[in-house]
Amino acid sequence: MGKAFNNDEAPIDVAVIGGGPAGLSAATTLKQAGIARVVVFEREPEAGGIPRHCGHYPFGMREFKWPLKGPAYAAKLVARAKRAGVEFSLNTSVVEANRSGLLRVVTSAGPKSLSAKRVIYATGVRETPRSARLVSGPRVQGVLNTGALQSMVYLEGRRPFKRPVIIGTELVAFSAIMTCAHAGMKPVAMIEQNTSVTARWPTALFPWINNIPLLMETKLVEIKGGDRVREIVVRNGKGETRTIECDGVILTGQFVPEASLGRMGHIKVDPATRGPSVDQWGRCSDPTYFATGNLLRPVETAGRSWQEGKQTGLWVAADLAGKLPHYEQKAHPVRVEPTLIYAMPQRIYRNNLDAQDVAGMTHVQLRVVKPIKGELIASIGEHVIWRKNISAKPERRIEVPIAELDTSTSSNNQGEIVFSLVSQA
Amino acid sequence: MNFQMEKSPSQGMLSNDVCDVLIIGAGVVGCAMARRFTLEGARVAILEKATDILDGASKANSAILHTGFDAPPGSIELACIREGYREYQEIYKGMGLVKEDCGAHVVAWSSNEVDNLEGIHAQAHENGVMDVRLISAKQLQNAEPNLSTKALAAIAVPRESIIDPWSAPYAYLAQAQKNGAEVFLSAGVSGGKFDSGIWTLSTTRGTIKAKHVINCAGLYGDLVEEAVLGEANFQITPRKGQFVVFDKAASKLVNSVILPVPTSRTIGIVVFRTVFGNLAVGPTAEDQQSRCDASVDEDAVKALIADGIAKIPDLKDMPITALYAGLRPASELKEYRILPQAKKNWISVGGIRSTGLSGALGIAQHVFKLYQKMGLKHKKLKNPMVPIANVLAEKAHRDWQRKDHGDIICHCEMVSEREIKRALEEPLPARSLAGLKRQTRVTMGRCQGFYCTARLAELTKDHFETPLSEKI
Repeated sequence: MGKAFNNDEAPIDVAVIGGGPAGLSAATTLKQAGIARVVVFEREPEAGGIPRHCGHYPFGMREFKWPLKGPAYAAKLVARAKRAGVEFSLNTSVVEANRSGLLRVVTSAGPKSLSAKRVIYATGVRETPRSARLVSGPRVQGVLNTGALQSMVYLEGRRPFKRPVIIGTELVAFSAIMTCAHAGMKPVAMIEQNTSVTARWPTALFPWINNIPLLMETKLVEIKGGDRVREIVVRNGKGETRTIECDGVILTGQFVPEASLGRMGHIKVDPATRGPSVDQWGRCSDPTYFATGNLLRPVETAGRSWQEGKQTGLWVAADLAGKLPHYEQKAHPVRVEPTLIYAMPQRIYRNNLDAQDVAGMTHVQLRVVKPIKGELIASIGEHVIWRKNISAKPERRIEVPIAELDTSTSSNNQGEIVFSLVSQA
Repeated sequence: MNFQMEKSPSQGMLSNDVCDVLIIGAGVVGCAMARRFTLEGARVAILEKATDILDGASKANSAILHTGFDAPPGSIELACIREGYREYQEIYKGMGLVKEDCGAHVVAWSSNEVDNLEGIHAQAHENGVMDVRLISAKQLQNAEPNLSTKALAAIAVPRESIIDPWSAPYAYLAQAQKNGAEVFLSAGVSGGKFDSGIWTLSTTRGTIKAKHVINCAGLYGDLVEEAVLGEANFQITPRKGQFVVFDKAASKLVNSVILPVPTSRTIGIVVFRTVFGNLAVGPTAEDQQSRCDASVDEDAVKALIADGIAKIPDLKDMPITALYAGLRPASELKEYRILPQAKKNWISVGGIRSTGLSGALGIAQHVFKLYQKMGLKHKKLKNPMVPIANVLAEKAHRDWQRKDHGDIICHCEMVSEREIKRALEEPLPARSLAGLKRQTRVTMGRCQGFYCTARLAELTKDHFETPLSEKI
């Protein structure tokens, strides 16, 4: 059975920072692979991550073959980790992560130092706040991200407003609609800057079902009010502005990896994904550190993060057994041209791709900003090493099989692989 | 029935006693004023119209403690900044405050600006700031390796410092309060009469009597005088300054405060670290009529970001943490408007445009001297109490590093449950989210409340005038 973390016991093999779906599944997998001490450090009073405050369906289809509400799903993941023997250090903030797996953590008892043979960053993503969206207007109460709204509603039983406007149409925006319905809030409009809803059908039917006006090609330009939000100003595709009366604004999506610990420390952060720069095993620029789940790139579902955590668990176990290629070995850096926003992993090795437990990620993940049809090309220098016609949308990851990338043109095994997507009229 | 109601800073009736000195406005100048007059032995009361102190011009600035190297020679402003700097230097450690001597560089980006450096250098020496010196582009690059190579030359100002712009005035007022001053919040002044040497001011919380009044009402200073005196000694035109705060990771990109070569109108856009570990760029300078609308504007903010990146190219990959705007109480003249009216027992302290934080302690001394010149005397406190401020600076020993702080509520700024609970208590309770932020830094970090707003809504539920939430 699982137990609380005790600092005085044997050295830690793997420290997992963050107890969401990815971190929990990585930790569970490591225990199942026979690793002695695996500790999850979670700064909240309970592990489970974002699903803890998503009090609605459907979670867990992949993991439990059955639709669950977020909190039940989170609880099941935690129970499974405990059964596997994962130790938990709750209410624990990791404030520094240094070389050699040296961590500085803080609990209410004060700070302390400890070390682990490997560290897995699984700190997830958060939504872009108002400030980083550069929305004009005075600072007023009642402007929240979905995450803050949901923890207020589902964890504290409170609501910040009654007639909000929902900004954005990613999947999480529809989660916001469900949260509003649960807490007696009546959204007055849902606003999307692009020409189509970002989330896939049939979620897009949600505003219609809930009788919420959906304004397409509309941008939030200003928030107005005194102490609280009074109205917002929006601009449509024709450049016309109008005001919408409301008492709150829910800023949904535009997820960014929560990579501050790495950014403040010694880990290289990729300006494109805004997560740690990793190789195909999720190893960071300091190979003692791995990253997994949504921290790698925005944003996938809890189920997908759980799946990634599981793989990371296998790779870290393999690394502890000395089976991964040495980090210093030559690798191909990966980068994207504009129209694509990021590529992950950012380093690819072409050797040691055989055994299942050390194969690493099988695909490079790419994303676009706007819907685009065209030819996706991978090249090293002048040489095109892979090409394919695709139709891409921002909500869909593009996956390129690493095995199909012909790197033989790169004589030294370290030529930069550049992905570009050229639009076809 | 004979019982005495306990006087509260935030509610109920005002004092019935006649105080020696009544200060209008609890901005940084009012707070320093309350401290000085209390220490000098006067019976002080201070009125603030907002729910929390520091809610006007003092809520947003660049948090720099200036040496006065670039202040107008011979001005009251210069004298106050120099004296303010000196006194802060003398008292800050004992009060638990911080001061980081990061220095500043006035950087020239064009040949015209290079030509102006000589004059600034001469002015600094005329102002008595003798350690200011001209340096070459190469020396500048050594001091600031991440600065754009387009910088041509600079002036080094070694003693320009950064401080906590909220903890300092909180500490000033806390010391006044601890030594007998009375603080009345939510008490806006609406009028008054002067009769037989006694002022009776009417406020939103009833009337209050005083022998002398010091008007430190900042952005509302002229309006207060129109309401009470019938006419104002000066006129305020608010000047808005917008700022962009970058992620803490950006703070390692600069060592000192990067100042531009000023124009005749404004000091220009500054790149500065804060004691909280951020890097900020600003302010803009926009005259406006509104005295309360501190809106940010997308285009202005984008221009600030571009300006920051032009100066520090590596800023381009740094996330934005926050945007804010402040309103400076500019008057029709550049000089401070410190105007005593001996016959009316009234002293106007207006037009403290943009150096209020640096000048506050010096302004308070200056005003006390004017007060003495009116022939007024008190018995100076012998052993005044010195309350210790809660330290919020990134590099200081913070509450979360001590035992039994409870949970960490705000993980970005490492604000503990204990700090929040204390800030909500007397004697200067936070009664708005803005006030709580200034006292604790909660929600001011990179996630801007994504993780902690829910807990905060619960913790503050019976404390704020405008609650964060209601029960479902």
